[in-house]
Formats: sequence, C-alpha cells, structure tokens
Amino acid sequence: MVIWAFLVFAVLAVVFTTLAVVHRSPVVNVLSLVMVFFFLAAIYAVLGMDFLAAIQLIVYSGAVLVLFLFVIMLLNIRRVERFGSGRPVQAALGAAAAIAVGALVVWAVRGLAPVTGGVTPDAFAGGTAAPIGRMLMTTYLFPFELISVVLVAALVGAIALARRES
Amino acid sequence: MWADVIVTLVKLGVVLAVMLTAVPIMVWVERRGSALIQDRLGPNRVGPFGLLQPVVDAVKLLTKEHLTPEGVNRFLYYLAPGIAMVVALSTFIVIPFGFDPGLELFGHPIHGFLVAPDLNIGVLYIFAVGSLGVYGIILAGWASNNKYALLGGIRSSAQMISYELAMTISVVSVLMTTGSFRLDRVVEHQSHAWLGFIPAWNVVPHILGAITFIIAVFAETNRLPFDLPEAEAELVAGYHTEYSSMKFAAFFMSEYINMVTASTLIVLLYFGGWSIGPVLAHPQGWGGALTSVAVFGLKVAFFLWFFVWVRWTLPRFRFDQLMAIGWKVMVPVAVLNFVLVGVMMALGWPV
Amino acid sequence: MIAVPVPWILALSAVLFVLGALGVLLRRNAIVIFLGVEIMLNAANLAFVAFAMERAGSGSVSSAISGQLFVFFVIGVAAAEAAVGLALFIAIHRLKETIDVDRLNILRW
Repeated sequence: MVIWAFLVFAVLAVVFTTLAVVHRSPVVNVLSLVMVFFFLAAIYAVLGMDFLAAIQLIVYSGAVLVLFLFVIMLLNIRRVERFGSGRPVQAALGAAAAIAVGALVVWAVRGLAPVTGGVTPDAFAGGTAAPIGRMLMTTYLFPFELISVVLVAALVGAIALARRES
Repeated sequence: MWADVIVTLVKLGVVLAVMLTAVPIMVWVERRGSALIQDRLGPNRVGPFGLLQPVVDAVKLLTKEHLTPEGVNRFLYYLAPGIAMVVALSTFIVIPFGFDPGLELFGHPIHGFLVAPDLNIGVLYIFAVGSLGVYGIILAGWASNNKYALLGGIRSSAQMISYELAMTISVVSVLMTTGSFRLDRVVEHQSHAWLGFIPAWNVVPHILGAITFIIAVFAETNRLPFDLPEAEAELVAGYHTEYSSMKFAAFFMSEYINMVTASTLIVLLYFGGWSIGPVLAHPQGWGGALTSVAVFGLKVAFFLWFFVWVRWTLPRFRFDQLMAIGWKVMVPVAVLNFVLVGVMMALGWPV
Repeated sequence: MIAVPVPWILALSAVLFVLGALGVLLRRNAIVIFLGVEIMLNAANLAFVAFAMERAGSGSVSSAISGQLFVFFVIGVAAAEAAVGLALFIAIHRLKETIDVDRLNILRW
C-alpha cells in the first residue's frame, strides 16, 4: 500500500518536474512545480513525516511559489524561450554537464545506501512535531538561531534591492 | 477495516452536505442582513422572508450560458474555480464539530465528529491546504487575459502572503499553551473555568492574538474591508471579472465556505469550541454529543453573522494601507502576543 | 506493512536533481533557472529524508529526526534565497526590461 502510493507520487513528481523544466510559459512552470512540491509533501506524509509534509506545503507552495507567481505577473512575462534553444554547443555541453553531475552524485551515494534497507512509517508513531521541536531547541539551537539571522538578512536585502531610489 | 472506511465516507458525506447547505443559507443571511443594516427590505418575494431566493439564484446560475472569453488559457481558466472549490472543501476533515464521549453506532466506534481522527498535525493541515487556495484566485486572474483580473490576481497574491504570516504567528501562542496541533486538544484545554465561573477561553490570555487572527482571516477570505482582489469600484470584479454561470458560482461558494472554515477556527482556537467553561466539557452519550454540536454551531453562526456585519459596516482599505497594516501593525502585534504568552507561561500563570 | 526501499527514494532524488540541473543549465529565463535551483534543493531534501528513514529503520530515532531537521533548515535557506533572488529580478527588469540571462552581458568584454 505504502509502496504503491510512493511509486505513484514519485512518477507524478517526475512528470511534473519535466513539465516545470521544459514548458515555455513561466506560469505553467511554476504551477507544475506546485504540483511537484505537493507530491513531495505527499511522499513525506506517506513515509510518516507529517510535520515535514505540512511545512513543505506551507513554505513552498503557500509562500515561495506564490512569490514567484507574483513576480511573473508583476513583470508580465507571458512566454519565454524554448527549452534548449539558442547556442547548440553550449546546450549540449550543459546537458552533458547536468547528466554528469547526476551520475557523480549517484556514484558518490551508491556506497552509502543500504541495498536491502527499507523502513515503515511506523517509526514515527505519535507525530514528529514534538521531537523535532525538542531537537531544534537543544542540539540544533545554534543553526536555528543562525537561520533566523539569514532570514532577516534576506528580508532586509530583498527590500534594499527592490526599492525604487527616490 | 471496511467499517472504518464506511464510517469515514458517511462522515465526509454529512460534512459536505452541511457545508453546501450552509452556503445558500449564508447567501440569504448576507442579503437580508445587508438590507437590515442599510435600512431596506432585501429579497422578500420568493418563499417566506425570501428564504428560497438562493435556490432561484442557483437555478439562474446553472442555466446561464457558459462564456469563454477570447485569448484565454483554456485549461487554467477552467482549472481555477475548481481549485478554489476543492481547497475550500478539503480543510474540513480535521475540524471536530463536537465532543466525542466514545460514540458508537451499531456497536462500532465512530471517533466522534472528526473525519480524520488520526491526523496529528491538525491546525497545520488547515494552513497547508488553505495556503493552496490562493492559487485559484491567482490563476483566475492570470488566465482570464483581462487587465482588471490580472490586477486582482496580483493583489491577491501579495495580500495572502502578508496576512498568512500574521495569522500563523498569532496561532503559535495557542499551540504553545495547548501543546498539540490537534483542535480537539485545543478545545479540551479551554474546557474549565477560572475562579469557578469565568470560562477559560483562550480569547482572554491571547487577546492580542485573537484580534490579529480574526483580522487576518478576514483578509484571507477576501472579505471586506480586505476584498481588494475584487474591489468592484476599482477593478470591475477583480479576479472573477471574466467568469460567468457556474464557474462564477464556484468562486462565490468557495468564498462562503472559507468563511465557515474561518468561523469554526475562530471558535475552536479562541472561544472554547463547544464548551462553555466546564459546562459541556465532557457531555455523555448521544444527547450530550449532539448538544455540544449545537452549541458549537451557534457560536460559529455568531461569527458568520459577524462577517456579514463587518462587511456592510466598514469601508474598504486602500491597497497601500492594506500592506502597511499587514506588515507594520499585524505582524509586530502578533509577535508581541507570542512573547507575552511565553512570559505568562514562564511565570507559571494558568494560560 | 511493506516498507519503501531507501534506494528508491534516493533514485527519485537523483532523477529530480538531474532534471533541476538541466533546467538551470539549459534555460535562459532567470525565473525558470531559479525554479531549477528549487528543484535541486528539493532533490537534496529527499536524499536527507531517505537517509533519515534508513536511520529510523535501524532504530535510531534521534538521527532520523536530525535528517528531517536538515530538511527544515534547507527549506529556510530556500525561502531566504527566493526572497533575494526575486528582488534581484525585479531590480534587473527595471533596468533592462528583460530577465533573459543572455541579455545581461554588460560586464562582458
């Protein structure tokens, strides 16, 4: 059951990622990405990570991608260049590089992954929010503070960049 | 196993039926209520007190011609109202509509009035799904190929992000004192009394949070004074300018369903859900459970009326005012509430 | 209940990563490039989740939670990045009337 749900969501995620990368309309790109993030959240939920699934939807679909759509609509970008159009040599090199990076990652990770290992979502019975919160306030307190500084810096930077000089 | 599936399906059916019935009733209340506030009669021809007016409206909308404007992106144009409806209807599965004293039907436990009783993330689920609702409006604005619709969509995206922030931060304090995301726990936490007679509703210690939350949900549901995405004086009809017949009806219904969600959330988070202090905290049997549903319904009805009341009383904000209030007032006040409640908890006060 | 094999999650992560990299390297509209970066970040998140699940399978719940915390941090960084990036696009668009990265070449000799 879990395994079938995972497979269905995985296939759908790949299909919509392809659409997000190749389609010519930026709005369709962003919407496909909304679907991708939705299916990733569904995968997290299926694996028992309910808190992560909710955060994924709230932050990515609810805020980041809405911001993307806002900018696309503000700049009124209707249609952009075709996927892989332009200089053919560079495009071929780019594609080769992307696949090479992917191959490198797979090769690097290959030794780490257990071939037979597998897990059931039962590992997180009782919800993951409480243990995540506890760890955030103990083991990972410093990174947590740091990320808030990063966010504030980004906020100030974004305002400074987008402001009209007057 | 199968019994659980059937129970869940029946609950889903009942909740859907109640929601879809609530919409025409709210439309009637809105029209008669606005007439009352503006000192006129309102619809009074169809049925007693015009009660059948929404039915006639629905028939009119159903039989109207489906218009599709030139040059629209057809797929997105048809998808947008669907997104709005689906998102509005799917938030209800984590809302407990009444107390569960261990109800059984034909000897089978039905887990109270909650469609998804095992979902631990409760409130977070509502925010997660609710945050997708904005796509319906943005897409409608974009796909319509109309400048007013586009402006409505842009406004809506900026407004939703800004007020979602204030809304989420104000809820954090409630979750903090409750120690759970589950809404039935939130109500449980409020089911006692201070000094023996003051209901221990969250609205008292979390007063700032309650105010920011209520204001933010007005913005999230696109209701006056925050209905900038469809401001008819400036944008014709905003994001749904190009929508007619049932496609318009879908947007219209989703707005009312979102109002019901917002009202249930206000009642559950800040006004004790179905409990009135210790009264109805743990009612027994079917009678008690149904009484708790009725009390909950009455409280929700009050806030639905509050929505109508505010809409016909307050004028609309300007867009720059809207953003200024969102970022310079709502967010700081919500954070202040969060800090205050934290201090109260640290001091060991009964919050 | 049948488990989801960890290598499957890693495979999905690898596929998404390559697709994201293709988007970054082959598209020239800044917003779509940015979407590619988001896809790559999410692929990395999925890898974190896969390893967290592996740990959970071997009984170490606290390292399983750590894996989810990394995802949490990545999401935070991605949000910050999106804010700055989109502000940049608006600033560039104001200057050049386009956000096609091929046209942003005034620093080229």
